[in-house]
Amino acid sequence: MNKIGIIIRREYTTRVAKKSFIIMTFLSPLLFAALIMVPLWLSGIKDNETKKIAIVDFTNEYGKVLKSDKQYVFVPVQERIQNIGNSQLKKDFYAVLLIKGDLVRDSTAATLYSEKQVGIELESTVSRQLSEYVENKKLDAYHVANIKQMVEKARTKIDVTTIKLDEKGNSKVTSSIVATIIGGLSTFLIYMFIFMYGVQVMRGVVEEKTNRIVEVIISSVKPFELMMGKIIGIALVGLTQFLLWIVLTLIISNIAGFALFGTSISNLQAGAQLQGASTSGAQQAMMTVFQGLQGINLVEIVSYFIFYFLGGYLLYASLFAAVGSAVDNETDTQQFMMPITIPILFAFYAAIYSIENPDGPLAFWCSIIPFTSPIVMMVRLPFDVPLWEKLLSVGLLVITFIGTTWLAGKIYRTGILMYGKKPSWKEMWKWLRYKN
Amino acid sequence: MSFLEIHHVTKEYSGFKALDAVSMNIEQHSVYGLLGPNGAGKTTLIRIINCITAPDSGEILLDGKRLHAGDINRIGYLPEERGLYKKMKVGEQALYLAQLKGLSKHDAMERLKMWFEKFEIQAWWNKKVEELSKGMQQKVQFITTVLHEPELLIFDEPFSGFDPVNADLLKREMLALRDKGATIIFSTHNMESVEALCDDISLINKSQVVLQGNVHEIREQFRSHIYRVTIAGTEHADIARLPFEILASEQKNRNTELRIQSTGLSANECLKSIMETHSIVAFEELLPSMNEIFIQTVNG
Repeated sequence: MNKIGIIIRREYTTRVAKKSFIIMTFLSPLLFAALIMVPLWLSGIKDNETKKIAIVDFTNEYGKVLKSDKQYVFVPVQERIQNIGNSQLKKDFYAVLLIKGDLVRDSTAATLYSEKQVGIELESTVSRQLSEYVENKKLDAYHVANIKQMVEKARTKIDVTTIKLDEKGNSKVTSSIVATIIGGLSTFLIYMFIFMYGVQVMRGVVEEKTNRIVEVIISSVKPFELMMGKIIGIALVGLTQFLLWIVLTLIISNIAGFALFGTSISNLQAGAQLQGASTSGAQQAMMTVFQGLQGINLVEIVSYFIFYFLGGYLLYASLFAAVGSAVDNETDTQQFMMPITIPILFAFYAAIYSIENPDGPLAFWCSIIPFTSPIVMMVRLPFDVPLWEKLLSVGLLVITFIGTTWLAGKIYRTGILMYGKKPSWKEMWKWLRYKN
Repeated sequence: MSFLEIHHVTKEYSGFKALDAVSMNIEQHSVYGLLGPNGAGKTTLIRIINCITAPDSGEILLDGKRLHAGDINRIGYLPEERGLYKKMKVGEQALYLAQLKGLSKHDAMERLKMWFEKFEIQAWWNKKVEELSKGMQQKVQFITTVLHEPELLIFDEPFSGFDPVNADLLKREMLALRDKGATIIFSTHNMESVEALCDDISLINKSQVVLQGNVHEIREQFRSHIYRVTIAGTEHADIARLPFEILASEQKNRNTELRIQSTGLSANECLKSIMETHSIVAFEELLPSMNEIFIQTVNG
């Protein structure tokens, strides 16, 4: 056990210190962050221009009430026309606010006209400011001393949470877009991880064989220990990279968010709960995402993600190790790679099609079969998957990776000591049946 | 009781017998030669001793106790197919291999320093292995093989890739290790080094031991009563009349060197018959070389 630790440490430290690892680890989050931030930034550009809103006020009272800010400038105009549609105003201004009568008596007397759909922010800004003014005016009309303070004290806000119920009666707020994005992203990450690090395991084995160091090492440790040490060491490298990606992406997008929107993503998230404040379009988009995220059981998703991340890798890594052990150099690996890469590629395409139909038969079977489940199940998980399906999938995956590791260990044990022999499937079948 | 006893070890690979009831006893503090043509089963036997594979039947006793996996820390093995991680630094790598053999980092460090000084290679510590020549790498490999001070050392073709100077250094180190108490198994095709280094040998051919014993005794056993006689003078018309067969005759300086073979007469009797007519400069029995014995036995 101690010796496996020494092997894991070597596999880990030599890889983490490599230039390619460091570059990959630090460049990718920049890329991820750019993928998130650039669209937001682009949508934010429009918001920086000031929008002018004309006020056509028949009462001559409310024009002064609306306060301009960075984004919206309210301009009371002299025209008194009801038919905004044919006026010049709609061309000169972003929007026109028409106040036909006294709002104290008729609360529906205000109308916003615009050529483009106005943002929800403008609507709420106008409504909030006018309501406040009218409210105060009504209170003043009662001529009661300190009435404003009394009303202020009496004001109570009841938070009503909206909840959808599923069949079992569990509460859930769902957003299918966010679920799709999460499923797609984690599927892609697992697919990449299995491939990238599986091939690294194979290369490591081939390297040990071509360098002729393998026999030196297995005179100190068992071949299985060497294989497992390598597989675990490389898995840790992958997890390290993955965690660094998450942390760095969060840091970078926060910094970028701060630079672009003047507020950090986490503030946006906090803002998502306190609605009503004036927010930009980009922030609104972020809110939608965060609200969607709240509807998904993130702890569960992340736990399953790590499980399938490792399970899928373990299943394939040992097979990659077996291939590496059978050949004398890397060019010979091609023919034996095929049966390993085909299920992985198949799983990836199955996952892509499953995104559209996460409860279809393709998605179902591929998320149960262990050779494809690590990749396909992640697409389905954000949409409720029955517990028995999850348990079946997890159980089969565990049994299968133990099985493939055991089989691969047998091929590996014989393969690493074979030199100058052109391997064939028949030969490998024979190795499987060798006794120790 | 011998240090390493191998009893009737048999190993089969799907129908092919790699070892067939092989037995041998290897004495403590001796150098044991494991000889045989390629594919005879030497490497299989060595791997079994190293617990890399297990025999199908038979048993191996180390120091009187059945060999088990934990014993590999008492064994140092320099395989024929040997190498190092090319991208790793020499020192780091030596440390890694030593730790795999069960040494603590501290002990490994101290011993490595000692050996690096002894071989005058301290300057290599931070070099990558790929920057070293093959001979230099072999020195590092030798150090990592003996670093944990194993009681049993196994060298498979240790001299391949060494220049004569380093091969000599290696020979001296091997003998020094034996004198310090190590038991050495030594597999090679270089029969001269067998004569120079080995106390006992086993010759394996087609998975079976075909010849076994003390090197000196084996050579005696294979003696064919050939002698080399040097006699003064170059004109010897009458030597054909001597009572034994003359295999070769060659004039060297002012003497004549003969290779004779007598089947009936003893060495003394041969000498006596030559002395009557010629003056003898030198007389020596020619024992067959291990090389000849090897070829003769294998070709059977």
